[in-house]
Amino acid sequence: MATTATMSKRSLWGGGAEPFKASYGKLMMWFFLLSDAFTFSGLLITYAFLRWSAPQYEGDPSTFTFSTEYWPIPEKVFEAFPGLHGMELPLVFVGLMTFILILSSVTMVLAVEAGQRMDKKAVVKWMLWTVIGGIAFLSCQALEWSHFISGTDTATISDVVVNGIWKENYEIFGANLTFNQYGPPAFAALFFFITGFHGFHVFSGVVLNVIIFFNAANGLYEKRGHYEMVEKVGLYWHFVDLVWVFVFTFFYLI
Amino acid sequence: MEQATTSVAVQPADRSKILGIWKIAGILAIVTAIEYVFAFTMDAGMLRTIIFIGLTIVKAFYIVSEFMHLGHEVKGLIYSILLPMLFLVWLIVALVQLEGAAIKKARGIENYVPAGTEHVDDSH
Repeated sequence: MATTATMSKRSLWGGGAEPFKASYGKLMMWFFLLSDAFTFSGLLITYAFLRWSAPQYEGDPSTFTFSTEYWPIPEKVFEAFPGLHGMELPLVFVGLMTFILILSSVTMVLAVEAGQRMDKKAVVKWMLWTVIGGIAFLSCQALEWSHFISGTDTATISDVVVNGIWKENYEIFGANLTFNQYGPPAFAALFFFITGFHGFHVFSGVVLNVIIFFNAANGLYEKRGHYEMVEKVGLYWHFVDLVWVFVFTFFYLI
Repeated sequence: MEQATTSVAVQPADRSKILGIWKIAGILAIVTAIEYVFAFTMDAGMLRTIIFIGLTIVKAFYIVSEFMHLGHEVKGLIYSILLPMLFLVWLIVALVQLEGAAIKKARGIENYVPAGTEHVDDSH
């Protein structure tokens, strides 16, 4: 076995040419994102399937009221803005959240671009902005969830089971996993599950971004000679933005 | 250690490249604004749903192709990501559009029409 190649240290890619001319890390990130896209597709399919097979409201949208009998109109559910109590501002807050996430995606591209130029100062600056954007998005989501859970001023009357006891004409405020004031139980359950799963992805992304931020600031990537880690985490961060684009359309617009 | 870090040559920023990034950001913002216009001026229905999904795919294209740089990768990589997603879209259309409607019909679920409103069947 004279031809056996001996490698001095353990390497993740010991072969010759790189497949698809992409590094091992980037390629694996792409395939992870593909599998993650399958997971999110499963959730969105469930949402759309349940929604399209649920009773729809067919009256005039201006006279719409919440009921557990039919699916709500999303604009009527998501019309609150923190600090502006009682004002009807449909989809304004979620628009702000979308704007924040897209902007943090842009700052991430700028960090990647700076990394390709070996500009450590610019990488650190743009990574910091990306982290701030991610935290801002999560804070907005926390406000939205707390409003969704506590509910509006007027209750929805319905027959529900509370702690195992059947209650008729119960006043429902807000939402939990068994019933909600906005529509059928599945509506709130899907809201918690889909936006929660996405929020968890954003949270993991922020944690990764913070690690990359410190590594870049400490000069680790400069010593390594390249900023590929920024590109790999960038791919994940853009994916989180991409998923939000779909969640926004399916949950808030349609 | 100090010498090792200062020896790295920082290349100057390419203005046209950075301008390109902001241009994509502008396109994403404009498409989102168009979605809002449709959300507030058009009544809900199949056509509006198709418009929303179409505009979402436009946004997804710019994010994946430019921000994630997939448009500039090797063809083999582009297809190995794109083809599974295309098959998935086929599955989504089949499950949501056909199966969802079929289940609704089979269970006899009917839409809610408020009292006093004339029922106009415009769902098709």
